[in-house]
Amino acid sequence: MALIMEQMPIVFGALNVGFLQTLKLFIVTLIGSLPLGLIIAFGSMSGFRPLKYFTKLVIWIIRGTPLMIQLLIVYYFPGLVLGNSIWGGGESGRFLAAAVAFIFNYACYFAEIYRGGIQSIPVGQHEAGKVLGMTRVQIFFRITLLQMIKRIVPPISNEIITLVKDTSLARIIALQEIIWAGQAFMKGSQGISGAIWPLFFTAIYYLLFSGLLTLLFGALERKLDYFR
Amino acid sequence: MAILEVQHIEKHFGHTRVLQDINFSLEQGQALAIIGSSGSGKTTLLRCLNFLEQPDSGRILVNGETLFDAADPLTQLEKDIRKKRLHFGMVFQSFNLFPQYTALQNVMLAEQLLAKERPDFKENKREIYAQIEEHGRSLLAQMGLSERAGHYPHQLSGGQQQRVAIARALALKPDILCFDEPTSALDPELTGEVLKVIRGLADQKITMVIVTHEMAFARDVANQVIFMDGGLILEQGDARQVIEHPQQERTKQFLARYSGNE
Repeated sequence: MALIMEQMPIVFGALNVGFLQTLKLFIVTLIGSLPLGLIIAFGSMSGFRPLKYFTKLVIWIIRGTPLMIQLLIVYYFPGLVLGNSIWGGGESGRFLAAAVAFIFNYACYFAEIYRGGIQSIPVGQHEAGKVLGMTRVQIFFRITLLQMIKRIVPPISNEIITLVKDTSLARIIALQEIIWAGQAFMKGSQGISGAIWPLFFTAIYYLLFSGLLTLLFGALERKLDYFR
Repeated sequence: MAILEVQHIEKHFGHTRVLQDINFSLEQGQALAIIGSSGSGKTTLLRCLNFLEQPDSGRILVNGETLFDAADPLTQLEKDIRKKRLHFGMVFQSFNLFPQYTALQNVMLAEQLLAKERPDFKENKREIYAQIEEHGRSLLAQMGLSERAGHYPHQLSGGQQQRVAIARALALKPDILCFDEPTSALDPELTGEVLKVIRGLADQKITMVIVTHEMAFARDVANQVIFMDGGLILEQGDARQVIEHPQQERTKQFLARYSGNE
């Protein structure tokens, strides 16, 4: 026990650094995938059939294969098959590859949630906008968008909390996120080796962070409670 | 000259013919009631007037201007349809108020968005918005809803919601105001308050096309009545004449089912 107390500052320092990388991947994924998902959603609802079916094919492939495989393909494929590692070496290259894989993967899930949200809004809302001389863009931003957001807060928050934990998959391409940081103490790092408790400890980080997000989404839901 | 002329309108959904050779005209300041059983094409006709459906053939003229001609693709350009719609206002059966906006915001929204297209919008933004708000408030007052301006739709009764919807439709000063069974979603107690408002609009000589199942109301408020059946106009003429002394057998049958309620 005394040993653990001694190791703690070192371990926390390393886990904090790892968690920062986790957090960075989480935030970059959201910034990229939330808007990209909307574009994909419009693609999957397009009246232009080739676009619609192409989009649906992409969504099927992305949702139908493990994110871990997608990470491996995105990271290694350019280098191994095309002979040109576009990501560059080092941690920044791994981060870039991970971010691309995560953004595409999550955008496809978000797209389906957006589509469900948009299609659940009564067609009368759209028609009421039309007869008032509103353009399609005005109808979307002034009428549909907020109603859609209200409806999709629960499924989106589900997805976002899953993302918190999915970031750990980036470990597979050796991104130095919090799991990687915890595992390092098993193999040996900063004079500590064979310690498994730091890895267990990473769970607390995830738990606290998803707890914070749960509170935030609860607040957002209450904020949108003013209309039905 | 008639403010609205509808000529030979036809509409199919797949192989089903929902409108067949529809012809009528309406004078400025008059009210036209369209009656008939469900599925007779009344609502589709109204939706054609508002460009929510496109007729397969026929023409629609407002103030002598051809707004739609099925034979002339130049009258069907997407970019013009938006402006053409503004000749018509529409009040829906299920109100379709925007839930995230207050009653007043619902009434003002379209006018505010249109104001942005004015060349002097940037300089006079404040005055323009003040005018729009004043207009919105006066419309709500006219509907007897001054006290409810800040309420959201879900905080209003069905009758109040429909009156807000009427104010919203009036905000852009349409040439012709259309009602699609405005009281069908309301219980009888709330129906009265909405009909009273529409009666008031008729007294102000607002040109209206009203699809309704309220026969007494149609008889008293409308100048003209059209009876539709199976996508056809079976009988049309002076409101009192058609409702009290129908000529066609089918019209008599239809009206007989309503006479018990009066």
